[in-house]
Amino acid sequence: MNTATTTANGHAPHGEHHPAGLLRWLTTTNHKDIGTMYLTFALVMFFVGGAMILAVRAELFQPGMQLMQPEFFNQLIGVHALVMIFAALMPAATGFANWQIPLMIGAPDMALPRLNNWGFWLLPPAALLLTMPFVLALFGIGDGAIATGWTFYAPLSVQGGIGVDFAIFAVHILGISSILGSINIIVTIFNMRAPGMTMMKLPLFCWGWLITAFLLIATIPVLAGAVTMLLTDRHFGTHFFTAAGGGDPILFQHLFWFFGHPEVYILLLPVWGLMPHVLATFSRKPVYGYKAQVYGFVAIGILSVVVWAHHFFTAGLPVPALLYFMYSTMSISLPLAVLFFCWIATMWRGAMSFETPMLFATGFIVLFGIAGLTGLVLADVAADAQYHHSYFVVAHFHYALFAGGIMGVMTGVYYWLPKWTGRMYSETLGKWHFWLTVLSFNLTFMPQFFLGLAGMPRRIPDYALQFAEFNAISTVGAFILGISQLLFAWNIVQCVCGRGAPAESRAWEGAEGLEWELSSPPPHHSWEIQPRVK
Amino acid sequence: MNGRHAPPPRDHDRLIGRLVLAVCASAAFGFALVPLYDTLCRVAGLNGKTFSRGGLVADGGAPLDRVDRSRLVTVEFTGTVMPGLPWEMRPLKNSVELHPGEMQQIAFLVRNTADHAVVGQAVPSVTPGQAAQYFHKIECFCFNQQTLGPGEAREMPLMFIVKPELDGDVRTITLSYAFFQAPSATARKDGRT
Repeated sequence: MNTATTTANGHAPHGEHHPAGLLRWLTTTNHKDIGTMYLTFALVMFFVGGAMILAVRAELFQPGMQLMQPEFFNQLIGVHALVMIFAALMPAATGFANWQIPLMIGAPDMALPRLNNWGFWLLPPAALLLTMPFVLALFGIGDGAIATGWTFYAPLSVQGGIGVDFAIFAVHILGISSILGSINIIVTIFNMRAPGMTMMKLPLFCWGWLITAFLLIATIPVLAGAVTMLLTDRHFGTHFFTAAGGGDPILFQHLFWFFGHPEVYILLLPVWGLMPHVLATFSRKPVYGYKAQVYGFVAIGILSVVVWAHHFFTAGLPVPALLYFMYSTMSISLPLAVLFFCWIATMWRGAMSFETPMLFATGFIVLFGIAGLTGLVLADVAADAQYHHSYFVVAHFHYALFAGGIMGVMTGVYYWLPKWTGRMYSETLGKWHFWLTVLSFNLTFMPQFFLGLAGMPRRIPDYALQFAEFNAISTVGAFILGISQLLFAWNIVQCVCGRGAPAESRAWEGAEGLEWELSSPPPHHSWEIQPRVK
Repeated sequence: MNGRHAPPPRDHDRLIGRLVLAVCASAAFGFALVPLYDTLCRVAGLNGKTFSRGGLVADGGAPLDRVDRSRLVTVEFTGTVMPGLPWEMRPLKNSVELHPGEMQQIAFLVRNTADHAVVGQAVPSVTPGQAAQYFHKIECFCFNQQTLGPGEAREMPLMFIVKPELDGDVRTITLSYAFFQAPSATARKDGRT
């Protein structure tokens, strides 16, 4: 402990004296250790959330109820989403930030190392709180986890069982963790850049994370407030959302989505930030349109907090509000189109090669493009009246958050894994992983677009007979998708265990940036003497 | 400091302070959205909430002599008893036709099917939403909590005016009541009914 804290203050000569075993990980303030813990936690929770949704897809394989009670089905879909968003995707992005930002800006560590440690160690208890009601129900305590879907909509959540309370506290803790992480990242980027690295020389990954951090600070407290109001409504006799006491359930939707829509960009901005690095590396060209991408990030960050009501167009909003939210939502596609253009232009006439990170990056562009285009359809008030709460929405946001978010994270993992572990992963397994993932992903979610168009509602454990074939296809796809991810885990474990060819400092031929100046893996304490950026 | 870290920690403190302030500000903003949302609904007449109530005075209520005889508006009534409240309710008339500015009185028949006294609170909603701000209730059972004894049935009156300023496109207004079991004594009495 003593060693860890003095290292944090930069007084100890080196961190070779850190405690061994579990105590090392509990007390570490090293950004690389903490990044590793974030990424490991994210990978574990990715499989936990995935297992939940495979149970759901198994139930949906055939019409009728085969495997579970509807209440349990409802719990699985809600906790799946909460786990994937708060315990898999967000920690993965924070893990990237911890590992990469100090390396990329030439800083010796994050600005607030002890806060960093605390930020991580809040996560496991929160994940435990989220999933514990499942276990408690087995012992006859309570009626299982939160069954409202991840959105906590009142009045259902006001009436729900103890699972709602567990989820509320989990969200509180996860929110504190995110805010601590955000403060740390902003302070690091503002104060700890290497001499000569101006903001307009900041790597795009750091820019993406900077905007994400500001969005988290602006919106997480609103979510925390909303779920706190929910808690007091449930237990302390307030009536924020109960109509009988003068409250309004629609208010909850406003509060929730004021957080919830920026959350989408919180999940995606770090990925958009890392994408140009990968594309430039494997196209062996400089990033195209650096400034345009920075301004694109900023524009999307600002727009994301003023469009929230498109998530409940059908709640009975007045027409002027509908029009405003429709047009403002659609306007986000303009800066996003700039990003797409820059990504493609970066590849244009490049000497491209398709190693696994590049495969994932190009797959990301195509599939995330589908997410964007179907999002435009949903942003249309008239069309949304039909598609709202259908499987079209489910397919759309999985193209955004699986193909856009998770495949983006996989891009980053394959790209930086040689740097982190000092070993090259198996390219053959990586390619298998990519092709299996991308094909089974489409097999899973493409049919859901058509199910939604045909009118199948989401969050219902049973369905009409005419939806049977597409649901069966989707379930088969989901199981292939889930099992393929074992290749991903295996590939990572191999590198971590030191198998595979040793990686050079500049693991990729065309890679640019400060992190590639360091050895692979980098020393435990890097950039103790800050580099000078020209 | 041994000079290996370029920025002195003091810089950190100031920035951290600002960021913590920003976190507090957005938390405060989240809670401020609650009254803000109410005010917005009230001013813009959003969300089908009816705020216009009370006697006909000069504070914007429609004067009685301004009855718009040139058109007729249909007002439909419906009521739902929410889960947990052992009551039945129905309007004595399903709809009335009236001229905007004309005062109307109707009633709902409400019956307690339980063998004990129950307190209920009705919450109104007007569709289409943009008609809500022109729907002026003079007397309504929704202004207060209602108590029904065991098995008691009662006609609960409603007196209202549709203001003549109502948009000409609106020919039918639906007034819907949701009857909830009254919340405990801590119920907010902020006149939002």
